[in-house]
Amino acid sequence: MLWKSTSYSGWGRALSAVGELARPERMSTLAKLGHAPAIGARRSYGDACLNTGGQATDMSRLDRILGFDVETGRVEAEAGVPIGELARLFAPLGWMPAVMPGTGFATVGGCIAMDVHGKNHHADGSFAQHVVSLKLLQDGKSRTITPKRGKALFEATVGGLGQTGIITSATLQMIRCEGPGMEVTEQRAEDWDEHIALLDSSEARYTVGWLDATARGKHLGRGIVEEARSTAVRPLSAPKGNAKSVPFDFPRFTLSRVIVSGFNKAYYLRIREGGQTRIKPLEEFFFPLDRILGWNRLYGKSGFHQFQCVLPEAELPRLRGIAEKIAGSGLASPLAVLKRLGPGAGGPMSFPMAGYTLAVDFRESPKARALISELISETQAGGGRIYLAKDSLATEDKVKAMYPDWRRWAEECARHDPDGALETDLTRRLALRSL
Amino acid sequence: MSEQRETWIILGASSSMAGPFIRSLAEAGHGLILAGRDKSDLAAIASDAKARGAADVAQVPLDVRDASSFKPILNHAEGCEGQLCCAVFVGSMPDQSLIDEDPALIEGVVTDSFSGPARFLQALAPMLESRGGGSIVGVGSVAGDRGRLGNYVYGAAKAGFATYLSGLRNRLGRAGVHVMTVKPGPVDTAMTWGLGPQPFMTTPDVVAQDILKGLRKRRNVVYTAGIWRWVMLVIRNIPEPIFKKMSI
Repeated sequence: MLWKSTSYSGWGRALSAVGELARPERMSTLAKLGHAPAIGARRSYGDACLNTGGQATDMSRLDRILGFDVETGRVEAEAGVPIGELARLFAPLGWMPAVMPGTGFATVGGCIAMDVHGKNHHADGSFAQHVVSLKLLQDGKSRTITPKRGKALFEATVGGLGQTGIITSATLQMIRCEGPGMEVTEQRAEDWDEHIALLDSSEARYTVGWLDATARGKHLGRGIVEEARSTAVRPLSAPKGNAKSVPFDFPRFTLSRVIVSGFNKAYYLRIREGGQTRIKPLEEFFFPLDRILGWNRLYGKSGFHQFQCVLPEAELPRLRGIAEKIAGSGLASPLAVLKRLGPGAGGPMSFPMAGYTLAVDFRESPKARALISELISETQAGGGRIYLAKDSLATEDKVKAMYPDWRRWAEECARHDPDGALETDLTRRLALRSL
Repeated sequence: MSEQRETWIILGASSSMAGPFIRSLAEAGHGLILAGRDKSDLAAIASDAKARGAADVAQVPLDVRDASSFKPILNHAEGCEGQLCCAVFVGSMPDQSLIDEDPALIEGVVTDSFSGPARFLQALAPMLESRGGGSIVGVGSVAGDRGRLGNYVYGAAKAGFATYLSGLRNRLGRAGVHVMTVKPGPVDTAMTWGLGPQPFMTTPDVVAQDILKGLRKRRNVVYTAGIWRWVMLVIRNIPEPIFKKMSI
């Protein structure tokens, strides 16, 4: 059977869909399926990977590496290849993907459709900027596009939420690395100003701030700034054993205020006062949570939301205000990230813009939803935007205002998918395809 | 697996269960002779294996129902250096109700799952004997352990293959060739997609790990998921007068 009727959700699990899924194992099978949106590892948090009442094609089994050149570092991969797999295979040979998001399970197709960014965005830009070419399946016909050939379509495809066709494979330009080890320096940031100052003064290729989103008052913005570079030094201890799974949905009190702020404090105090430098395996630095399979279950059955925004540098005080609101609410979970972004972005619907990005998880609750809606308005008021790969709560007017070029993208989508066969719950919720 | 370089013939290389096994061999730097039907899919698998570090990758078209397609594979194997090995992933499982309507389908099932691969292995056996080593992995099924209402023709073919492998083990063991029978329960592949929840379902990745572990330990019969060894022990021991009234 090609299609199976099932219930599925994104990584946040707060939203889910009932619909038909196909999971082709060969390209010839994919070609036989009708036009339906493609989904990957479903690491988008909200409804970008859902199609309620319709069909969707799970690309995860189309995961072959079609070519690799050790001289140039170019790799051609099918859409379902997890990005972490490329790092695992090729870092020992001196190459790794130029841009990797926070999870190695994200697929190549998903990385393109979301134009993901990594801890090196300020230095290397977004994922799309390293795509040499990609193949799109449109109504049964395959076509190859590059940043130059089919420019408009290419720009509508990167960060384009899968609305221009099914991405079947892509050629990526990887970057040089010394090996599978990362030299990671961690420093404490005592408060907001110090945190920002450390991010600003960092000259490392990879920089990320971990923020204690529960710290308030004079401790607001407390956290750890991690800087890293690739190194030929081998990590002392390779990760032992297999990844562990979260076996069940945790009860609601797991992430209660007391436990979370206690955890955060302990995490902060773990770093020596003068900072520390260690050699870590590449995976541990880039994908810290991937060793706990199904960590989203820690949030319990009802799931969670992630709020991620970016604000231009001039709006830093507003971002601080957002952090203050989050800390004051007592609703945040341990996972908060503060990072500097550069200007690099691939297309009109790409998230990154120069400034600072903040990402915070909230367990699903009416209070959390109300808070996130408020934060989305703040973001819009500050000329920033939210990340559609994470969103499940924004509204049409706000998102269209945040992505002023959305119409150019929507027109290109209409040219290539006139019937809206590739629409998802996200594009419908935000009426992104309605011109 | 030993450090020594091996060349593996994979019959049914584009089967979903073969995928992760081929990848593991490729990443260990072994050579591969990929035999299968879907040519473009075979090409993709070959590129993938090369990118992962396989020493040498050949693609040969295979039609299990046409023994003349065996010759080029064997010719290719002849010239290979190092230990020669073979893994058989071929087989077919039409719905039992289709077979009830058209008994002629039985021949195809038996050829795909038993007599085809047996013919191939029979031709390969002398080569391994003269080399005095190597391994053969034959993928059967728990369905071969007892004839059941839902798929007894497929089960019968797989049972025939298992018995064949047992005999081949008896023969080749003397020459130092290891023959391993693998009996998977339900595996999460295109074949089981949409069939609803299956008991003790495993994944192609786990099947590959179990096969590699079995090879290292030189096991004779491997069940995957492992629990099926015990489930089938129980099912095999249900007295026939009772079993014939059951539908499991």
